[in-house]
Amino acid sequence: MSEPAHGEPGFWRRYVFSTDHKMIGRQYLFLGLVMALVGAASAYVIRWQLAWPESQIPLTRWIPEPAMYDGHLDPSFYNQLVTMHGTIMVFFVAMPILLGALGNFLLPLMIGADDMALPRLNMMSFWTIFTAAVVLTSSFFVHGGPAAAGWTAYPPLSDDPSYTGVDWGQNLWLLALALEFASFLMGGINFLTTAINMRAPGLGFFRLPLMVWMQLTAAVLFMLSVGPLIAGAVMLLLDRTIGTAFFLPQRGGDPLLWQHLFWFFGHPEVYVVLLPGVGAVLEVLPVFTRKPVFGYRTIVYSTIVSGLLSFIVWAHHMFVAGIDPRLATPFSITTILISVPFAIIVFAMIASLWGGSITFPTPMLFALGFLVTFLVGGVTGIFNGSAAVDIFIHGTYFVVAHFHYTLFPTVFFGGFAGIYFWYPKIFGRMMNEALGKLHFWLTFIGFNATFIPMFLLGMGGHMRRIYNPLQYDFLKPLAPVNQFATLAMILLLLGQIPFVLNFFGSLRYGAKAADNPWGANTLEWQTSSPPPHGNFATPPAVHRGPYDYSLPGAAKDFAPQHRALPAAAARGA
Amino acid sequence: MHGWFPQNISTYGADVDRVFYLIYYIVGFWFVLTQVAIVAFLVRYRRRASVPAVHVRGDRWRELAWVLVPAAVVLVLDLGIDAAGARVWDTVKANLPAGDVHLEVTAKQFEWLVTYPGPDGKLGTADDFTVNSQLHVPQGKNVRVTLRSQDVVHSFFLPNVRLKQDAVPGRSIDLWFNATKTGTYELACAELCGFGHYTMRGVFVVDTPEAYAAWVAQHAAAGGGA
Repeated sequence: MSEPAHGEPGFWRRYVFSTDHKMIGRQYLFLGLVMALVGAASAYVIRWQLAWPESQIPLTRWIPEPAMYDGHLDPSFYNQLVTMHGTIMVFFVAMPILLGALGNFLLPLMIGADDMALPRLNMMSFWTIFTAAVVLTSSFFVHGGPAAAGWTAYPPLSDDPSYTGVDWGQNLWLLALALEFASFLMGGINFLTTAINMRAPGLGFFRLPLMVWMQLTAAVLFMLSVGPLIAGAVMLLLDRTIGTAFFLPQRGGDPLLWQHLFWFFGHPEVYVVLLPGVGAVLEVLPVFTRKPVFGYRTIVYSTIVSGLLSFIVWAHHMFVAGIDPRLATPFSITTILISVPFAIIVFAMIASLWGGSITFPTPMLFALGFLVTFLVGGVTGIFNGSAAVDIFIHGTYFVVAHFHYTLFPTVFFGGFAGIYFWYPKIFGRMMNEALGKLHFWLTFIGFNATFIPMFLLGMGGHMRRIYNPLQYDFLKPLAPVNQFATLAMILLLLGQIPFVLNFFGSLRYGAKAADNPWGANTLEWQTSSPPPHGNFATPPAVHRGPYDYSLPGAAKDFAPQHRALPAAAARGA
Repeated sequence: MHGWFPQNISTYGADVDRVFYLIYYIVGFWFVLTQVAIVAFLVRYRRRASVPAVHVRGDRWRELAWVLVPAAVVLVLDLGIDAAGARVWDTVKANLPAGDVHLEVTAKQFEWLVTYPGPDGKLGTADDFTVNSQLHVPQGKNVRVTLRSQDVVHSFFLPNVRLKQDAVPGRSIDLWFNATKTGTYELACAELCGFGHYTMRGVFVVDTPEAYAAWVAQHAAAGGGA
């Protein structure tokens, strides 16, 4: 390392221990993408096992005993992969990409700030989740292997090592989660502080891009919901390490206490992940329809209402868990009620297409892919929310299909829409359109072909998390459905190759990006690509809302937020 | 769609399925409507030279009605789904009839211990007997089961009855069903309970009342006192 010249930070301060929100955003992005590979690899082994149980799984002979026996999967390792797949995808892929990467990179730029309010805290939040990811991944290598009690870690299974044979793996899992929560608490505090205090002159709350609203709502939901689960995690760790019995009934504990604490967090957590993905889509839609998002304020209010409702639905995960049966109907009603604010948001997205001048570059394809697939996730939530139907479909592949239809569109269709859309701003280069479109269609077809069959498996009664469905006579006729889903999943995985090539190839070979390649209004596009240290050459002042596209009588079909209103085009407030 | 469910053999299974289909047709309608609207808008409003986009913000009530009126319809349909579901839930889970037959099922890694009352029809007497992972019930009788677990959370799942209930250590949870068709079916564990979770299968046999009584008498004689 040479000495830094001209006050430029050196290699370590610039790329590793950076306090620049843009570098930290990139770090989150790479962390999320690397962890997605681990999550996807575990999904591959799980799916192959379900399609062709106890056969030799291609490409896995290198995995040592007792996890795999010459490519044959051990039942304990199957449970561990199921656990790690869920944990990694929710906490180490969805949150780093949607909140960590997009939130960090975009929030200061979108509000015209030079950085986060607390840049060192921002650095610390990244290195905390990095440590969490290392701790979680290291649990693959400890004696007994990683956690095996599912991503929901229901005690007593997760509580006493004798039930699973997993000892330190579960402790490390709890430690990794605690670190992850600490990281996103720091991140959330930073997001809120920044957005409340550092908005450019003229940027009132109702002129904020919807992505900022979504990130803020997500941060608040996370901060309000995570406390109970941190308490639960500490209790579980104490049960495991010093012999307390918070969740062990033999000594006065209660297993259901954990379920309440977990799901009181777990359901708002869905919205923590969901909202930033929706935010990315809502930024992409107006740019490629060349018209304002339909019903800006209505979307903001609906988002807040759905966030509030998400705190009073948690027991829908516990209809058949042994709670008082009289609780089921009230929780059914609140759960199904969430469909109303979300219907409003989805209808507003559809209305945003009406009357547009629509083009279909890759970010728009992914945004539309989100819209059509998220609808499936939304409507199938009604089945799960109905306590009566849940008696049968709870714990089956119907539930698996449902939550993959909410989270995959959010994290991957929403996330990819965001990555393709902001890549020019993040890295200063354009991505390749042909590879992008190929990536979209392979992902779209592969995703639907993988998860639609799982609804049918669930209707057939196929339980989740079983190592070998052929143990059951009533599941044997469903084997071809499992095989179809697995082949489609392999297509989905192969479909990510164009993305990897495009992402890394464009870093070097992509065309240099203009400041505002898509003709967008929000502030992040009104500086260079990538933005310099401090983001803006001159701090911008804001004169209008974020979505003034195709104003009648204007020469151009967009009007950046920092442009003064021409008197003719000015509208009330 | 009907072909995907396991054969229903309980008095209330068809009601559970009916709520499923009610929701299926309601959300199916919205699903088709929204997808058709999306595709139609994408085709109709694709970029064409010299046709600018319409600047509509959706901040007036007249415009917002396009979103809010359908959402109000969604709300009404939601309440209908709630009402239909609540009745069925109460039948299955809340208003348990007194059982003609009362069994105890205790789950443990990875088997179901089923305790039968013996020929006297009463639990807790000397002729009770316990059979491993075999659930026998008489056809057409209200069967009451007291469910327990010895170790971790399991879930008692009879796909053909449309019944599922977690077995929670430290609790006794009662459930009921009435099986209408004789035959041999399966009892499954539907909650991850350890490395042998997938092997936690029980045989579920619905006998005629006469055959059930004979089976009980035979086991009580062979197995004798609990």
